[in-house]
Amino acid sequence: MPKRDDIHHILIIGSGPIVIGQACEFDYSGTQACKALREEGYKVSLINSNPATIMTDPATADRTYIEPITPEAVEKIIIKEKPDALLSTLGGQTALNTSMKLVDQGILEKYGVEMIGATYDAIMRGEERELFKRIMAEADIQTLRSYEVHNLDEARVVAETKLDFPIIIRPSFTLGGTGGGIAADMDELMQIAEGGLQASLTTEVLLEESVFGWKEYEMEVMRDKKDNAIIICAIENMDPMGVHTGDSITVAPAQTLTDREYQILRDASLKVLRVVGVETGGSNVQFCINPKTGQLAIIEMNPRVSRSSALASKATGFPIAKLAAKLAVGYTLDELSNDITQETPACFEPSIDYVVTKIPRFTFEKFPKADSQLGVSMKSVGETMAIGRNFKESFQKAFRSLEIGVDGLDLKAEAKVDETRLDDYLLTTCTERMIAIKMALKKGYSSEKIHEMTFLDPWFIDQILQLIEIETKISEATELEYDLLKLAKKNGFSDDQIGVLRGCSGDDIRALRKGLGIIPVYSLVDTCAGEFAASTPYFYSCYGDLDETRQTDKKSVIVLGSGPNRIGQGIEFDYSCVHTVKALREMGYEAIMVNSNPETVSTDYDTSDKLYFEPLTFEDVMNIYEAENPIGMIVQMGGQTPLNLADRLLEAGVPILGTSPKSIAAAEDREQFRVLLNKLQLKQPESGTARTLDEAKVIAKRIGLPVMIRPSFVLGGRAMMVAYEEDELEPFVNAAFAASPEHPVLIDRFLEHAIEVDIDLICDGKDVYVGGVMEHVEEAGIHSGDSACSIPPYTLSEEIIARIKTACTAMALELNVKGLMNTQIAVKNDEIYIIEVNPRASRTVPYVSKATNVPLANFATQVIMGKTLAELGLVGFEPKLEWFAIKEAVFPFNRFAGVDPILGPEMKSTGEVMGIDKTFELAYWKAQVAAGQVLPTEGSVFISAKDRDKDWIVEIGKEFHDLGFKLVATEGTAQALHNAGLEVTLTHKLAEDGKNVIDLMKDLGV
Amino acid sequence: MKKAIIALEDGTCFEGRAFAGSGEFFGELVFNTSMTGYQEILTDPSYHGQIVTMTYPLIGNYGINEEDVESRGIFAQGLIVSECSRVYSNWRATQSLPYYLEENGKIGIDDVDTRAITLHIRDKGAMKCVVSTEDLDKDSLVAKAKASKGLVGRDLATEVTCENKYVWPEGGKPDASHKVAVIDCGIKLNQLRILDDLGCECTVFPNTTAAEEILATHPDGIFVSNGPGDPSGAPQVTELVGKLIESKIPLFGICFGHQMLSLALGAKSFKLKFGHRGGNQPIQDLRTTKVEIASHNHGFCIDADSINSDIAEVTHINLNDNTVAGIKHKHQPLFCVQYHPEAAPGPHDPFYLFEEFIDLMKENAS
Repeated sequence: MPKRDDIHHILIIGSGPIVIGQACEFDYSGTQACKALREEGYKVSLINSNPATIMTDPATADRTYIEPITPEAVEKIIIKEKPDALLSTLGGQTALNTSMKLVDQGILEKYGVEMIGATYDAIMRGEERELFKRIMAEADIQTLRSYEVHNLDEARVVAETKLDFPIIIRPSFTLGGTGGGIAADMDELMQIAEGGLQASLTTEVLLEESVFGWKEYEMEVMRDKKDNAIIICAIENMDPMGVHTGDSITVAPAQTLTDREYQILRDASLKVLRVVGVETGGSNVQFCINPKTGQLAIIEMNPRVSRSSALASKATGFPIAKLAAKLAVGYTLDELSNDITQETPACFEPSIDYVVTKIPRFTFEKFPKADSQLGVSMKSVGETMAIGRNFKESFQKAFRSLEIGVDGLDLKAEAKVDETRLDDYLLTTCTERMIAIKMALKKGYSSEKIHEMTFLDPWFIDQILQLIEIETKISEATELEYDLLKLAKKNGFSDDQIGVLRGCSGDDIRALRKGLGIIPVYSLVDTCAGEFAASTPYFYSCYGDLDETRQTDKKSVIVLGSGPNRIGQGIEFDYSCVHTVKALREMGYEAIMVNSNPETVSTDYDTSDKLYFEPLTFEDVMNIYEAENPIGMIVQMGGQTPLNLADRLLEAGVPILGTSPKSIAAAEDREQFRVLLNKLQLKQPESGTARTLDEAKVIAKRIGLPVMIRPSFVLGGRAMMVAYEEDELEPFVNAAFAASPEHPVLIDRFLEHAIEVDIDLICDGKDVYVGGVMEHVEEAGIHSGDSACSIPPYTLSEEIIARIKTACTAMALELNVKGLMNTQIAVKNDEIYIIEVNPRASRTVPYVSKATNVPLANFATQVIMGKTLAELGLVGFEPKLEWFAIKEAVFPFNRFAGVDPILGPEMKSTGEVMGIDKTFELAYWKAQVAAGQVLPTEGSVFISAKDRDKDWIVEIGKEFHDLGFKLVATEGTAQALHNAGLEVTLTHKLAEDGKNVIDLMKDLGV
Repeated sequence: MKKAIIALEDGTCFEGRAFAGSGEFFGELVFNTSMTGYQEILTDPSYHGQIVTMTYPLIGNYGINEEDVESRGIFAQGLIVSECSRVYSNWRATQSLPYYLEENGKIGIDDVDTRAITLHIRDKGAMKCVVSTEDLDKDSLVAKAKASKGLVGRDLATEVTCENKYVWPEGGKPDASHKVAVIDCGIKLNQLRILDDLGCECTVFPNTTAAEEILATHPDGIFVSNGPGDPSGAPQVTELVGKLIESKIPLFGICFGHQMLSLALGAKSFKLKFGHRGGNQPIQDLRTTKVEIASHNHGFCIDADSINSDIAEVTHINLNDNTVAGIKHKHQPLFCVQYHPEAAPGPHDPFYLFEEFIDLMKENAS
């Protein structure tokens, strides 16, 4: 049966800002869905509040609404656009929950909009835990023993009468296990359950028996309306039960199941789809297996496209989201073809002939007080995937893709773990566990003992043991001969890693290796293990015999991506990379993408002419360069990751297209930059560069407190702090040295209560186009990535804006920028101070592009490739803005208990939203709603401030008072407010005894 | 571990090392894309005369267990993998893959680029090969590969059929609802296990048994099993099956059995370039248009144009290349499929075919 012709216009709901548990994988799936549906001639309307997505590009859908994802906003769009159908399954849990509310509120029925993809009933059966359990019981699929509770008393009764500790707490209708946990005793249960009840949309949590240590599997499944059902991928978690699957190292395909057991999983997965009633689309079904008996139980299912399905798509080459969209409009799997082979149908099960490893990326360094132990609530902010011919190769490639300063499961990784605490590491589910296992094996722990301590499958432990054996061979060999070096390379050892073991540099190993003729080959990801010829050029490297790269006559350009998402470097850079690739293709170049992040649009094989799914290290990138021989590389789009490689690539003779790495270094180097500013007669906050703590103290004395302390060559304000007091200096400076060893620490005079401004521009070496001037809502000192900001500026005068533009233009020309440049400026008392210049794509490029409707990354790419701004019509061009576009940051504080939700110069946000409207106020309100902040219009406001801020806080207190809010404050602040004639209620600080802020917040609803 | 050479009749050689066994082994070099199920594959008699390359690179991870055997021993001549695991991990495992191969006198090769082998066979076709740990001279080995018998035109099924008839389950099944006569052309035990589960008592006959002897047992149904080799190389089996068709007793055939039934009905077979071997092949049931994912293991196929449409109709096709995957007699209770509803290894989607056979026997009885 072909597609439906009774529907013409489809509304798609996106997933909103990037948060932990819901990242750019939904941009990938949403973008695929939009493309797939428009390809079929449907009109597509879209709502998503996240401006950093490709999905919200004007070219992706017919009508795009960057609005808060709320039922109210969707209703307005429905009224305006009159869609026939709503596709609810491609925007993560946000879209699913919003769609459910739309049904509950009768909105879909009222306007005659049909929900496609998954029905209301199927979603209920999949998501509502008691119902799900009942259905599973009817289908004879074992579930874990569990009980739904709605309050703490019920939880206590269940724990006392029905379950043994440890008990798992799983809130219903939440994302990535928010608010869940494992409780070892009643106190922990009460504490976690309380948080879980709050996190749940429906105030219910499930208390479940613990199957800690069981083997864990995920099945990615698709079904069409004719009941054709297929498995796309089976994923085995290397970390057994006890760690959220998003935080687990996972491997595809399953490694330790016989066919008999695999088929039992397969049958159960398909049965789950059928009984839950997922009529069309993809689902994810999670199982656990008792490793001693083989007993199988289902954990949960998601009746929608998920993070795992993005991973499965990249791991197999099977585009789940695209197919899910086509199935939703009536196609069946047999009517659709396999994109990769183009000759065989999509109705088959991918077979892969390589091993895929996904390793999550954590950022606990950003939240030093957070509990870094892993559990049922997801804490990772990104992930990296690597493909190898064996597990050891893919595992080590994935480790070096993480960009945590390791070249594999190597000695540098071991240095991160306290050797005296190995048992603690092994007995807890921590991020360092794999490293600790390696170290314990080296110390002589038996595999059996490690299995007993970690529950890791013995097969995986042996893989780590094999790595140790090879490592020993490398370090002990008198000479590194062909066979040994080849063995090392086949098992994923990087040149740098081998260099450390041999006491020489990675470059030495590289030279030796090439001399011996040991170079990687590139194999295709083809969905069919080589059975059919593949037309799609999607490659991974390995040290096999057969190279499958394809050379064309076209001039090619390599674009380096941004690697795993982390705080400070996420989807925004992928956005710029995707635009760069598109621009290159439009200009007739062959665009080659290199990236290691499976969640992204850039690693969709449809995006570029050739995709290399590889680590972004010097070695891996150089190998591709030598295999492809492009005219050059673009390194300014993918954030700090490619920039960190730029010098070494340039030295190795790679033409870097666009701004020279030398200019980038000139902007980074304080002294060079000071000279440049002096020349241009521009001011910067007084500053100094310190190489030692003593130097830092001298500088601080000279310029006077407060000072901003920051390491060089880092992104996202890593280890940036403001020292107000003398005694804060030493710890902060030391932390900065630790964050970027071998680089100096920068110390600036901190401008209090200044307005901060961000500028993105394109320069062609002759002219400059200022893309956007963004005025921050928060004052200078809050990291720009964490600040809300407004285009156009809402308080700055025309004159100041003009001066800012002139200053930026002068700097860009002086630095000889070819491409993008971002500048941060502080404005205080009508004076502008240059804080920082980065001659590369910034985090704000997508936001500026959307706010002004000028695709900056695309134009920048054309400039990089030699076009002039004049040719592009951008000289003297000024976008006409009849609106305010406000960007607001979204934070992960709900994931990290014990962390202060206080912002500073170190970036802490995971994502962003945009609110757009005719006035600043409305746009700001929309941005807040989209970020999940419901702004109250009445009630109490709690104010607490340090003494030095108390004058200033009185002003704010007055404004709140005038708006009719009641004021509550801690002692010193209350005194200050009282002195100013304001009525105020006194409370205690957290540490003081008696009634404190938390009690008050509960009692009064602050 | 010993160095080993894989030499193909077209002169191509691959180097690896033997992780199990030693000596010289001849066979047709094929590849299988199943990611699991190496134990079932090794013990499937249809691999008699073949050397199997697994496209999934990590093999041996879950060892060998007591249950997942498909016959009395290993029939493939050798197994080629990228990396054989040195440890095994599974609660049912009782021994390692290398030990199992060794014990059965077969060879196992690893440390070769199995994707390179696969792509070579895909492009050039399945071909004769020799695997050796003794003679390491490539020219000599290529000459030996060329001179080897190969399997075209050979009756391999008769080489692997049982010596004497036997009853499954052992000791008979007094409460059996149906008695089935099974023609063993190299049967996989899971076919018998499933028939047993569905209430049948099976008498398994060597494929050299006379039709009269089989019919004298008055079976409710006749089942023709899978088996190795070229269907056109076993004319006496085709002849036997032809006589059984004349009895009009319900007939069901799988794989080689399907080929025998088709040839007996006048169709022709041909050799596929590199065959279908794997657990992910899409089969469309033309009667319902529904697709099932099925286990495949065949190098020969029935030519659709050669099927006499007065007698038989195509019921199933393989969507990858639109080859015939199943036919049914228009006037008699007879149907057969090219693929493996017994799975082992592979998906269980086509299990319903066994139930259809049971239904056919029921209908015929009433």
